[in-house]
Amino acid sequence: MTSDLLAALGARTLRVLQSFGRAALFFVDLLVHMPAALRRFSLVVRQIHAIGNLSLVIILSSGLAVGFVLALQMYYALVTYGATESLGLIVNLSLVRELGPVVTALLFAGRAGTSLTAEIGLMKAGEQLAAMEMMAVDPRSRVLAPRFIGGVISMPLLAVLFSAIGILGAYVVGVLLIGLDSGNFWSLMQARVDVWRDVGNGIVKSFAFGVVCTAVALYQGHETEATPEGVAYATTRTVVVSSLSVLGLDFMLTALMFSTP
Amino acid sequence: MSKKGIETMVGLFVLLGLAGALFLSLKAANLASFGEQKGYTVRARFDNIGGLKPRAPVRSAGVTIGRVKRIALDPKTFQGVVTMEIDDDVRFPKDSSAKILTSGLLGDQYIGLEPGADEKELVAGDVIRQTQSAVVLENLIGQMIFNKAAEAGDAGGASKK
Repeated sequence: MTSDLLAALGARTLRVLQSFGRAALFFVDLLVHMPAALRRFSLVVRQIHAIGNLSLVIILSSGLAVGFVLALQMYYALVTYGATESLGLIVNLSLVRELGPVVTALLFAGRAGTSLTAEIGLMKAGEQLAAMEMMAVDPRSRVLAPRFIGGVISMPLLAVLFSAIGILGAYVVGVLLIGLDSGNFWSLMQARVDVWRDVGNGIVKSFAFGVVCTAVALYQGHETEATPEGVAYATTRTVVVSSLSVLGLDFMLTALMFSTP
Repeated sequence: MSKKGIETMVGLFVLLGLAGALFLSLKAANLASFGEQKGYTVRARFDNIGGLKPRAPVRSAGVTIGRVKRIALDPKTFQGVVTMEIDDDVRFPKDSSAKILTSGLLGDQYIGLEPGADEKELVAGDVIRQTQSAVVLENLIGQMIFNKAAEAGDAGGASKK
């Protein structure tokens, strides 16, 4: 009885460790096959279109909405202290440092990550990947690596656009609707937001999130069981795993980048 | 969509992303203010610079005319030496004075320049002679308590006599 429990615990631990190992090997495989994919750049371009261009609408509309709402809420909080001129600065810093990269990554996992997982999963279920291998075409450099590069390139661009349109949204609410001074709105930002420290670190963050989200989506697709339930399960796991790892990674990166004032 | 069409769309997407990055760094951050204005540097010595920081504005009559470039401690006199860069098109008399002021009650500190009456003008490398240090709240409170105590002591002495 006790030995059964012990064996179950051991088996579970081993399974977890094995899956970590497989994920790490898969990631190394992706990196190794990147040069081959870069040589066929048209494949990458096609993936940037599928991952980046088609995510543009949801990213831009979410960014605008977040900018609107942040401006309204911050105005409400700031007006009690008579500090409404720093509205633009607060919206800018929170978007560029945190919300831009993180919310974009979460949306990216939902919009692009799931489609990657489902695509790879169905390819695997339909034995297309095996068929490619039979024809001596390496599916890793032909299918997986171009998608990885496409995701890693698209993510920082999307995050930057999210922050930019969020700030414009805050301008619309703060200056055009509430009637704050437009000069103060921009000049306080220019005085206090540093290009390298704030904007640069935000871009580094979104790059890291792009690597994580795309790699997780591809790995889950690659590990799919070849059944409809398997694909459904893998898609769900993509969203859960990438969202949680983005949030965890964000805390670590923030602690590294912004811990000193 | 044709291959050419897809490539065009991706090109547009990348351009849009770069435009966003440009907007963030130029319009919504401080990249534009790097090296854009050319100016001459003057120095000033203060007994206490308070919370003044590099890149703090230099203002005259409330108008920003330059920035603090460097802050250092003079090892001989133990005074803070503030090097500031003032825009080329603004010229000040040689006997102008510099003060460290605070914008608002709790705001950032900046340098206020007040023009003097000298006919000669400040040139690059000059040192501003008349300066007034930052007001440090603790010193102010300390002085007030000291004065009160001195008053009380005087009053006590008077009543004894």
